Amino acid sequence: MAVTQDQMPQKQRIPEHLTGSTTAEGPGAEFEDENALAIATRQEPSIFRLALRNRGVFWGGALLVLFAVIAALGPFFAADPVALNPINRLKPPSGADWLGTDFLGRDLFSRVVNGGRISLIIGIATALVSVTIGLLIGLIAGYIRWLDAVLMRVMDGLMAIPAILLAIALISLSGASLLTVLIAITIPEVPRVVRLVRAVVLTVREEPYVEAAITAGTRLPAILVRHVLPNTIAPLIVQATYICGSAMLTEAILGFLGAGIPPEIPSWGNIMSEGRTYFQISPWIIFYPGIALALTVLAVNVLGDGLRDTLDPRIARKMRA
Amino acid sequence: MLRYVAMRVLSTVPVMAVVALFVFAMLRLAPGDPAAVIAGDYATAEDVERIRENLGLNEPIVIQFWHWIGALAQGDLGTSIFTNLPVTTLIGQRLEPTLLLALSTLIFAIVVAVPLGTIAAWKANSLVDRFVMLFSVGGFSIPVFVLGYMLIYILAMELRWLPVQGYKSPFVDGIGPFLHHIILPTMTLSVIYIALIARITRAAVIEVLQEDYIRTARSKGQSEIKILLTHALKNAAVPIVTVIGIGIALLIGGVVVTESVFNIPGLGRLVLDAVLARDFPIIQGLILFFSFVYIMINLLIDLSYTLFDPRIRY
Repeated sequence: MAVTQDQMPQKQRIPEHLTGSTTAEGPGAEFEDENALAIATRQEPSIFRLALRNRGVFWGGALLVLFAVIAALGPFFAADPVALNPINRLKPPSGADWLGTDFLGRDLFSRVVNGGRISLIIGIATALVSVTIGLLIGLIAGYIRWLDAVLMRVMDGLMAIPAILLAIALISLSGASLLTVLIAITIPEVPRVVRLVRAVVLTVREEPYVEAAITAGTRLPAILVRHVLPNTIAPLIVQATYICGSAMLTEAILGFLGAGIPPEIPSWGNIMSEGRTYFQISPWIIFYPGIALALTVLAVNVLGDGLRDTLDPRIARKMRA
Repeated sequence: MLRYVAMRVLSTVPVMAVVALFVFAMLRLAPGDPAAVIAGDYATAEDVERIRENLGLNEPIVIQFWHWIGALAQGDLGTSIFTNLPVTTLIGQRLEPTLLLALSTLIFAIVVAVPLGTIAAWKANSLVDRFVMLFSVGGFSIPVFVLGYMLIYILAMELRWLPVQGYKSPFVDGIGPFLHHIILPTMTLSVIYIALIARITRAAVIEVLQEDYIRTARSKGQSEIKILLTHALKNAAVPIVTVIGIGIALLIGGVVVTESVFNIPGLGRLVLDAVLARDFPIIQGLILFFSFVYIMINLLIDLSYTLFDPRIRY
């Protein structure tokens, strides 16, 4: 009996010596702290910070913020975009007019800065509206079986109509205004969002945790908000950036074709549309807004690709393989 | 097989019905009086009435739809308000330039994009790959018409290699002038299409290159060219062909813009002239026509999957 009592504490003591926790308190404590730090940094970065580590997100986002700041501050440092100066017509870029002037002597730089504001507003507004509408229809299609077939046939039909033609037709029927252009650009974008949301809903509703929630008696609205909606956020953010870029392009094309925003508003499309007649004499009237537009859309697309890679690893793996 | 084909062909009916319904509703649900909008600011009351009569807007909406869909089923796309010609006749007159531009773009884009995407996948992460990806992101970002004007500026105005604008029919003016005039529009229109196809080709081929049978082919000493052509590309064909079909929508939108830039008297110009003249039956007819083409091409592509991948059986 005495022997066993003697052996017990010895056995307990050995592991203590091996780990060195009692003999060397200092380094052990430090190690634990470091571990805690590592865990903390692994969990700490929000999805936002994680995304910023991606080069595309960083550079695309930075460029966009820069453009947005220039567009927002435009009225404070650029000349009046609609002030006429008929003597200085079609002047090439100079110190006074950084990007030259158009056929009425208006300063092209301030017109391009102003056009940027309109483009960004249209891009962001289209993205927000089409994602919201698409999300609603997509949730309905994914959850109400009998409506699904009807809604998806309607979406298929809408997708079969060429977006630019649809927009041109809508605008020519109801008259050109900022609102009609916005509606005309938004409608063709909705079906793609609907398809995306519906696909997410159809996969999520088969997940065990949703089945568990249903078994536990969770009501449909709660299931949608708690389980389905969070799964749509990442792909929708990615889709929204792409829609933003494509909406800015469509707006410019409509303006260029003379079927967009009323011509007195200096949008990029309208500036370039006016520049067509004078292209052989002053090609910069088309080139500068065109380059500004291409750079903005490029920034949006690079941002979108970066977001896709960080937020939606499954699609990203498929794209990069 | 026959059953699948029949089902797939039938499945286009509801889609086309939705397109028709939408085009029909667009005119009737537009805010305000569409006849007054179409007639314009200087129209008299009689003008508005005449247009309303022409569009059949005086009848009950159900009757209107019945007449309209009945005519549509017989291939009647309505009558132009200003020229009083059937829309189908107008489309027939303008079809050739658009069709040839679309075809040359399709051929050029596939011939450039598929090898580009395959090489990018084969040498993934190399300099070539980076260039292809850069081109692809850039191609999606630049508006078609800006690209068109840049090409005109460099190749036509500065270097004077190609004509600035215009169209020459191969049947009237000969094949030489036709090619001379179609090069710039084709290059312009194909950039976004090349960007799309190259990107998907790259992704599809990269995925196939990781398959076991590729490793087997390599280990038995088959040449890389043969692996890419007979194994990789063949197995990647279905997604590539699919995206070519989806891209037809891009092509149709781009045709309208490109024809405007290069002054080509095709269907795109017909749309724009109709918009300026507010000749709505023409716009309606062209939307129906283009949507029909899009749906039919994608139907054919769906049905062609068995040709590319014998594993697909219906």
